[in-house]
Amino acid sequence: MIEYDYAVEVHDLTVAYDKKPVLREVSLKFPKGKLIAVVGPNGAGKTTLIKAMLNLIKPVSGLVIFKDSEGAGLKNKIAYVPQSGSVDWDFPATVLDVVIMGRYGHLGWFKRPGKAEKNMALETLHKVGMQGYASRQISQLSGGQQQRVFLARALIQQADIYFMDEPFKGVDAQTEKSIVALLKELKGQRKTVIVVHHDLQTVSDYFDWVAMLNMQVVANGLVEEVFNEENLGQAYGGKGLLLKGAV
Amino acid sequence: MMEAVLSLLGDYTFQIVALGSALLGVISGALGSFAVLRRQSLLGDGVSHAALPGVAIAFLLTHDKKTEILLLGALLMGFLGAFAILGIVRHSRVKFDSALALVMSVLFGLGLVLLTYSQKMPNAGQAGLKRFIYGQASTLLQRDIFLMMAIGTVLLLVVILFWKEFKLLSFDPEFAAALGFNTGKLDLLLSFLLVLAIITGIQTVGVVLMSAMLTAPAVAARQWSNRLWLMALLAAVFGAASGVAGTLLSSLVPVLPTGPVIVVCVTLIAAFSLLFAPERGVLHRVYRRLKNRAQFQTARESKI
Amino acid sequence: MSPSFEIQLVAVIVSAACALPGTFLVLRKMSMMSDAITHTILLGIVLAFFLTRDLNSPLLIVGAALMGVATVWLTETLTKTHLISEDSAIGIVFPLLFAIAIILISRYAGKAHLDTDSVLLGELAYVSFDRMVVFGVDIGAKAIYTSGALLLVNAVLIAVFYKELKIASFDPMLAAVMGFSPTLIHYGLMTLVSLTAVGAFQAAGSVLVVAFMIGSPVTAYLLTDDLKVMLPLSAGLGALSGVLGYQCAYVLDVSIAGSMAVMTGIIFVLAFFFSPTKGIVRGLLRRRAALTRVHNNKA
Repeated sequence: MIEYDYAVEVHDLTVAYDKKPVLREVSLKFPKGKLIAVVGPNGAGKTTLIKAMLNLIKPVSGLVIFKDSEGAGLKNKIAYVPQSGSVDWDFPATVLDVVIMGRYGHLGWFKRPGKAEKNMALETLHKVGMQGYASRQISQLSGGQQQRVFLARALIQQADIYFMDEPFKGVDAQTEKSIVALLKELKGQRKTVIVVHHDLQTVSDYFDWVAMLNMQVVANGLVEEVFNEENLGQAYGGKGLLLKGAV
Repeated sequence: MMEAVLSLLGDYTFQIVALGSALLGVISGALGSFAVLRRQSLLGDGVSHAALPGVAIAFLLTHDKKTEILLLGALLMGFLGAFAILGIVRHSRVKFDSALALVMSVLFGLGLVLLTYSQKMPNAGQAGLKRFIYGQASTLLQRDIFLMMAIGTVLLLVVILFWKEFKLLSFDPEFAAALGFNTGKLDLLLSFLLVLAIITGIQTVGVVLMSAMLTAPAVAARQWSNRLWLMALLAAVFGAASGVAGTLLSSLVPVLPTGPVIVVCVTLIAAFSLLFAPERGVLHRVYRRLKNRAQFQTARESKI
Repeated sequence: MSPSFEIQLVAVIVSAACALPGTFLVLRKMSMMSDAITHTILLGIVLAFFLTRDLNSPLLIVGAALMGVATVWLTETLTKTHLISEDSAIGIVFPLLFAIAIILISRYAGKAHLDTDSVLLGELAYVSFDRMVVFGVDIGAKAIYTSGALLLVNAVLIAVFYKELKIASFDPMLAAVMGFSPTLIHYGLMTLVSLTAVGAFQAAGSVLVVAFMIGSPVTAYLLTDDLKVMLPLSAGLGALSGVLGYQCAYVLDVSIAGSMAVMTGIIFVLAFFFSPTKGIVRGLLRRRAALTRVHNNKA
């Protein structure tokens, strides 16, 4: 077995909301510089896993270790793209405002964003194909455009590890393509990208590595090694049979 | 002590006030169940404040301080306020909470303006009007009780008549619309009943405390039952019980205002329910969590 | 300074001071928290009064601010049990604390000029009676200085923590990942709201403070898409309704605070219908234009 250079390790993570445990003793290692998909049926705990790794929810037990990043500097090494439905798009802010927010972590308390941040944001908007929208109010964006803005905001963080929660949800084919291109570019820069993904059909095309989850870890490894019918059946229960075409 | 309670129970004024408070409890408990389930708990607060100019306008127009007339004014204004809140939410990007806060405070301000204006009128003496801000259970009269009984009966009858529809509307309005119910009209009817219940309660507990009368009994009842009819029934019972208990306490202890004491009673019931109700209660959950953890530990140890 | 000028000045300062933190309440969908806090601070004042026996003690303000924060904390703790929704939690917590305050006042503080009337309704007309005297020289009504200090504190804190407030309001999770504790920012803001409520309610009364905190920001929300504009615009609209409200109250000889709240409402209604970007009329015109276009195309 090949030993990978791991970016982040999860040990014995258990998370419970009230009665029901959502994740039970999950142990995972994610290798550096890979595009990683986290898949599993609804309620499998995919989003919960990401949030627990980011310390946004408190686990019952377990440990998350980011390699090469010590405590204090950690927050600037991690970027997070939440589901686009999680914020209020009526908020009085422009596209440029939202992208600049990605630099806030580097600025720290008190310090204001200035010209440098603005230029960076404009550059990044160009990268995601939204250069014409900088001064647009965010409520006037389509679902795909909102997702691109979030992506630009994550890119500008210049992190080492990117967490994305269903970035393809509700976006058009064009946006999906350009998001995939960006993911590949991030991979080219040796960044680690962890994506909660829903569409099993595209896992083999988009990703190198897959973690299959159903409250517990069903499989975790290279897509060509573990993304097979047997594991899918285990992760998705009987429904796995319906997904034959996916593999 | 016992003697004091017994003599009190035979007292006519006490009977009236206790009956009024109990009626208020029944009405607000039953209707409050719908408000709580529809996430409109604070509508009680909003509508009761918004109704104030109605009281003042009714007085300015009729120069009469009869409860029915003032209540009618309050009812119309309260309904208008509720309507304005929903209209603002529907036709702009302003959210429900902001629309509620805006409408209630602005209309309350209008009410104050009108009240200060009416002070200059002959026959002012606004004691009867101020009653609507603070509520004064002790000034309830027999005729007020008859009015509350009449309103309460109508309210409960309509709720029973439209039970199935209201239940559906509160649980899943889109599904109700898909089934072919006119949700717009149902919504309007339920809001109207709610406003009516709120206005009826104002003169007993006042505008500020009305939201507790609407929310607390329903919240308490929700902890004991997963069924809507039982929840509404329990809420009515809790509301009535705190009405009587509050009146009793405030009559036994000197200088204890009735409305606030009723609110404290009803909140105590809610707190007790949140803590001790079986299945849902906080204590039960702590117990379960400890048990789970113990099981988890033993399972882990046996694995090793 | 004439009394009428002083009253207007206080009205302007108080409404502007309320509108600043109020803007964030509106954006965070917590408008009704202002209603809860403006009522529960009464309990804080009463308890602090029992401790100090002095109505002018600064401890009263501390007590009020603490009670405001406690209200927020109680509401959130109740909501976190997932047994009741947030609005129900507010609907239970604040009437309880308010009821306790009223019971305490009517039982123990009968002679202490602590009456519910002045708390619920407030009275701006009396502000010029209480003078600020420095070295024997009268330098104006005390309320000008207290509310002025309040406005200054609000403006400075919001300017300094603008970036943090913005990100924690828009996307609290991202703020958390970046190391800006949303909880810390949240309670900081709530402390500011409580302090503002304490400073303002003497002039305006509990309910009308809600109009100043929420009314002008909501109007500004219909007029701009830029937070940097929304904040001063809210403050400006607040000040405007202060002046207009006073003039109206003076002419009709009615409650000043009430008249200010009504002005806030009228300005909102104007924006609601005629806002150049989001008004009802604008929407109707657009729809008509689109219809004509379709019609013309068909022809």
